[in-house]
Amino acid sequence: MIAIVDYDAGNIKSVEKALAHLGEECITTRVPDEIYTADKIILPGVGAFGDAMKKLEDSGLADVIKNAALNGTPLLGICLGLQLMFESSSEAEGVSGLGILKGKILAIPPKEGYKIPHMGWNSISIKSDSRLFKDIPQNSYVYFVHSYYLKAESEEDVAASTEYIVHIHAAVEHDNIFACQFHPEKSGDTGLKILKNFCCL
Amino acid sequence: MFTKRIIPCLDVNNGRVVKGVNFVDLKDAGDPVTVGEAYGKAGADELVFLDITASSDARATKIDMVRRVAETVFIPFTVGGGIRTVEDFKLILREGADKVAVNSAAIKNPQLISEAAMKFGSQCVVVAIDAKRRKDGSGFTIYKNGGRIDMGIDAIEWAIEADRLGAGEILLTSMDCDGTKNGYDIELTRTVSDNVSIPVIASGGAGKLEHFKEAFIEGNADAVLAASLFHYKELEISEVKDYLDKEGISVRKS
Repeated sequence: MIAIVDYDAGNIKSVEKALAHLGEECITTRVPDEIYTADKIILPGVGAFGDAMKKLEDSGLADVIKNAALNGTPLLGICLGLQLMFESSSEAEGVSGLGILKGKILAIPPKEGYKIPHMGWNSISIKSDSRLFKDIPQNSYVYFVHSYYLKAESEEDVAASTEYIVHIHAAVEHDNIFACQFHPEKSGDTGLKILKNFCCL
Repeated sequence: MFTKRIIPCLDVNNGRVVKGVNFVDLKDAGDPVTVGEAYGKAGADELVFLDITASSDARATKIDMVRRVAETVFIPFTVGGGIRTVEDFKLILREGADKVAVNSAAIKNPQLISEAAMKFGSQCVVVAIDAKRRKDGSGFTIYKNGGRIDMGIDAIEWAIEADRLGAGEILLTSMDCDGTKNGYDIELTRTVSDNVSIPVIASGGAGKLEHFKEAFIEGNADAVLAASLFHYKELEISEVKDYLDKEGISVRKS
């Protein structure tokens, strides 16, 4: 059973439907016991870093996610879910993230000829021994929508990267912790395969 | 490599795709789910569903369609037509749509753009603009209610305002070019695109391969929309992408 953490932060249904399509059992929940007993946890999210952290803190879900991560449960953050797993974001100065992995979320700097958000399909360069990207060809296209990007502290944690104005850490992988800045649930067959890889860990 | 997007648009009435889609082997060419899935397989980067249902249960049929599409289509999709309130946004996004397009309601109440952007994020707020050249050649004016009512508002100014209010994208249709197959309105597209900070989807007028290139290179569009051209298989998405790729425009090919 996969628990999708429900903290009122958008687009949860798409993740749920993608998992259903893959034949995976999942539950969308904010009940700590259901999250603790799940085989795997997905932290989705669309929206603002500050608001989302406040919701996670106020509901007690922040501690539940951190504890589950420490216990070794595979955890997948998607989009804002990836950003929340790091220490801080320039979108909300002074707000601490979950701090499960080390790194910072920064604003994509404006540049002539580029639109922000980074919205659309971009190719990713994949680290060869990645478990999340097992059997995904190099330079596959995935769907991004974001204005802030991850700069992970350790290159070792970076499973995939992309280029848009700056070098963007598009996915991370560290022991039982996984995250994608892009939306695998909206990235066609490539995205479904990535989700399947996570489900099969 | 970041890519330009190709987006087929499906008109939906009472839960059925209106213009017949000439895909081979489609069991039900009127079913938005079947058509959406087929376009996903054919290489569409996104889909736009434009609901033109006028009946009293329009909202319910729309939401039912979104729910069903989201079960099998795993690329981003936008739903527009008859969106009036923040509550409409919520119901549609909750069922799995990625973006909601507003037109008339945003002209009537521009705060709808900012309210929806605050609540759900700019990325899901698409402002659809139907623009037409003024007869005196002094620029473009916007229309509402499916192009029936001239609002006397300048299209470029309205696009800038929509951007300022928090729209995430502009879906820009040229009423002069729509249906002509003579190409996108390049001047309109370029002027809007150069004056806003958000992506612009060019719509109306696609008839041949060169038109797509023009929209991207000369029009500075971030994405292009086409309907009948794809539905009647006059061009296939893969053909358009092969052509653009050859012309040095980056596209997603699977």
